[in-house]
Amino acid sequence: MLAVIGAADIDALFRDVPASARLAGPVDLPAHQGELEVERALGRLAARNRPAGAGPFFCGAGAYRHHVPASVDHIIQRSEFLTSYTPYQPEIAQGTLQVLFEFQTQVAALTGLAVANASMYDGSTACAEAVMMAARITKRSKAVLSGGLHPHYAEAAWTLAHSAGVATTRLPAAVDHEAAVIEAIGPDTACVVVQTPNVFGTVTDVSAIAEAAHAAGALLVVVTTEAVSFGLLKSPGEMGADIAVAEGQSIGNALSFGGPYVGLFACREEFVRQMPGRLCGETLDAEGRRGFVLTLSTREQHIRREKATSNICTNSGLCALAFSIHMTLLGQTGLKQLAEINHAQARRLDRALSGVPGVERLTPRFFNEFAVRLPKPAAEVVAALAQRDVIAGVPYARLAPGAGMDDVLLVCATETTPDADIAAFAQALTEELAR
Amino acid sequence: MSVVTVGRVTRSETPMEGPTAERHGHGLVQDEPLIFELGGWEKTGVDLPEPSLDAGDLAGLTRTAPIGLPGLSEPETLRHYVRLSQKNHAIDLAMYPLGSCTMKHNPRLNEKMARLPGFADIHPLQPQSTVQGAMALMDQLSHWLKTLTGLPAVALSPKAGAHGELCGLLAIRAAHEARGDARRRVLVPTSAHGTNPATAALAGYTVTEIAQTPEGRVDLADLAAKLAPDIAAVMVTNPNTCGLFENDIVEIARLTHAAGAYFYCDGANFNAIVGRVRPGDLGVDAMHINLHKTFSTPHGGGGPGAGPVVFSAALAPYAPRPWLVSGPDGFALEEHQEGEAAEAFGRLCAFHGQMGMYVRALAYMLSHGSDGLRQVAEDAVLNANYVKARLSGALTAAFPDGPCMHEALFDDTWLEGTGVTTLDIAKALIDEGFHPMTMYFPLVVHGAMLIEPTETEPKREIDRFCDALLGLAADAKAGDVARFKEAPVRAPLRRLDETAAARKPRLRWTA
Repeated sequence: MLAVIGAADIDALFRDVPASARLAGPVDLPAHQGELEVERALGRLAARNRPAGAGPFFCGAGAYRHHVPASVDHIIQRSEFLTSYTPYQPEIAQGTLQVLFEFQTQVAALTGLAVANASMYDGSTACAEAVMMAARITKRSKAVLSGGLHPHYAEAAWTLAHSAGVATTRLPAAVDHEAAVIEAIGPDTACVVVQTPNVFGTVTDVSAIAEAAHAAGALLVVVTTEAVSFGLLKSPGEMGADIAVAEGQSIGNALSFGGPYVGLFACREEFVRQMPGRLCGETLDAEGRRGFVLTLSTREQHIRREKATSNICTNSGLCALAFSIHMTLLGQTGLKQLAEINHAQARRLDRALSGVPGVERLTPRFFNEFAVRLPKPAAEVVAALAQRDVIAGVPYARLAPGAGMDDVLLVCATETTPDADIAAFAQALTEELAR
Repeated sequence: MSVVTVGRVTRSETPMEGPTAERHGHGLVQDEPLIFELGGWEKTGVDLPEPSLDAGDLAGLTRTAPIGLPGLSEPETLRHYVRLSQKNHAIDLAMYPLGSCTMKHNPRLNEKMARLPGFADIHPLQPQSTVQGAMALMDQLSHWLKTLTGLPAVALSPKAGAHGELCGLLAIRAAHEARGDARRRVLVPTSAHGTNPATAALAGYTVTEIAQTPEGRVDLADLAAKLAPDIAAVMVTNPNTCGLFENDIVEIARLTHAAGAYFYCDGANFNAIVGRVRPGDLGVDAMHINLHKTFSTPHGGGGPGAGPVVFSAALAPYAPRPWLVSGPDGFALEEHQEGEAAEAFGRLCAFHGQMGMYVRALAYMLSHGSDGLRQVAEDAVLNANYVKARLSGALTAAFPDGPCMHEALFDDTWLEGTGVTTLDIAKALIDEGFHPMTMYFPLVVHGAMLIEPTETEPKREIDRFCDALLGLAADAKAGDVARFKEAPVRAPLRRLDETAAARKPRLRWTA
């Protein structure tokens, strides 16, 4: 090959690198290892983590443990999905494109809105992009974030909005007061951002918030972190949302310590040209056969450069595929039933914890997670229960240390939570609080 | 109600409604309707127990109308997606020479490791004492990234390359603001990827372009002239999008720093130099690394990616949360900024980033080692130069003098007078069994064709690709225009009407 190139050696091909920056030999890192050694090394690291499925486990707060049918992971590991790129050549990417079209249709139906994009990085970045989109549509420069919005989402939204000159007002943490955003709406408010079920698990009918926002010329952004709740609860669109964003991890995707996940993003029809991210649309080929292409790309960075609606170049394709396969297996019938089981298990958890002296449920209406007040700092209790191999949930203070809610614990149950684990949790909590 | 409550749901049923699929297939390629044309509204392919309690307590908050999504049984689901999969090109099928995309082989060990329950089944907010192995993995990955780049700090959380660019620019902005130095503009070369100017705009900056020399590099004189006191950063891709190493890069960094600006390097093409050149030695202040390019995590049909950003000492204090710290009790994640950290710009996203991608990338790093990674760069550059040499007789290299790095760039001068365009060549390559190269990018070269073979292509496959492209070149020059305008004719579909798709968008299925 060097002879064809006409180069004396490999070094000749690196001649444009300044001599001072050329490394003479390998950097100071270990040499290569065989597959067996790498498996051992990584297996040792994995063994130092306590998997959710290894015992009682009650964490939610934006990431949820659900059962994923075996066929989902089998399909997403097919080479044609796993090792393909963004479908820029539609004639040889109809597999990915049809999946995206089906995914968009599924997300639109779940959120009750007209159009959905081909996915975002995750729910939190989708939320931040929704704030930016509302500012573009309304040509206003303020956003109001509810006190029930997941603190990580609020922080991610602040980061993006602040850099672009959009001010965010974040209301104080509140278990059951999404409607507080109404008081904060002003003439320059681009959008209000509310969450249901919110970070404390509270389910809210946001219809009145939608009316108030619209009356003031502002948009309503509804955030959902638990996508399984779409199977049971009123959809954001049904309640008047202009933009709905959600974390789609719950359907088809593993917990994976926080990523990769898949952001769902849907909006009303008239806003489609202001959407961020990729869109897949239907068209015909030269012989009149139905096919799919990426479309409306004049919004995007590779065409518009600094005038693009977003800098997004990647979606979360494989996670969106997993979501779509799992959703196809469930259908509306299975999703509703799955949601009902989640709600039922959370009610069983509530019944069990209500019998623990000193524990008070704060969340008035919940889907599969809720907040309880403990007679001790929640972080201490969680640490103590972890010693007993019970993963008791998420202290709210871990998400927002300054909120004055050190005694608040967020707990969650899903279809993967056995009744015996609920009993074990209640027993361990009773004993720990009695110490 | 066709929900089966006992045993696995493996029985297929004819849907009760919806059109029957009239179309069929040919050979191994099956026509496949949408799930909405296949499924039953009451059908489900999962076997769930009846809920033990009702949802009466949520009266008034529940859906009243059906969602409108059909279900498929497991065998129907498998068949649907397998049929669709066979309409995709893939690296595992044939060469996928998309320039600047680094479509290399994705080792399956990485997939296996990411699925270990100790990585896949852990929650981002479970007690940190129960995820010490996960944090140790993040620490190891950080060590590899810092050592390979020669930079002292890394932010792991960005979820893709463009997200990493945003992370880098926001840190630069925070660093300027901490000094009370509000700068408003970013310099970007004309050859830059579209995400660079889009990111700069998103970070609140206006963009000024830097000219390119006839040799395909940053024009130093133009850069020097434009480095005004309001320039916050210079964003340069290196190796650049023309596939060339910026041989003045040390001087670019010096000029940038002398003007009080920071040097952001787009690391999309790090694959070409990994193990041989450390960006820190070149004067880089911040650089994102696409784990889905250099470190082989799968592209998955368009994500998920991962874009960690390495930082110089000057920018390290401005990295976003969370940070990994090591103490007497093991590792901990600093998730909130206090004290000194209050200067940082905040949080980019929920949780701690793309753990699943970290596992895959570290598996790749451990497998290759410092020796193997160096060879990655060498083989990637060797293969690209081989492609350039083999094709240069028939095609016109955009920058014929000197070697290229990991990708070979051609313009469309060689097609002049043939009536055949770059797009036609790309579509004709599909009929030859290959994925086309990147076309019409970078914008600075007319009718650009950017070919990146990567290091994992065997010579035999590269020769097959070059032979196919040389054959097309001969056909084009022989005047066989019709063949090109028709192409592709052997793909599952012929050319698609993208104009019609955009004019009246149909973005979801409707009955």
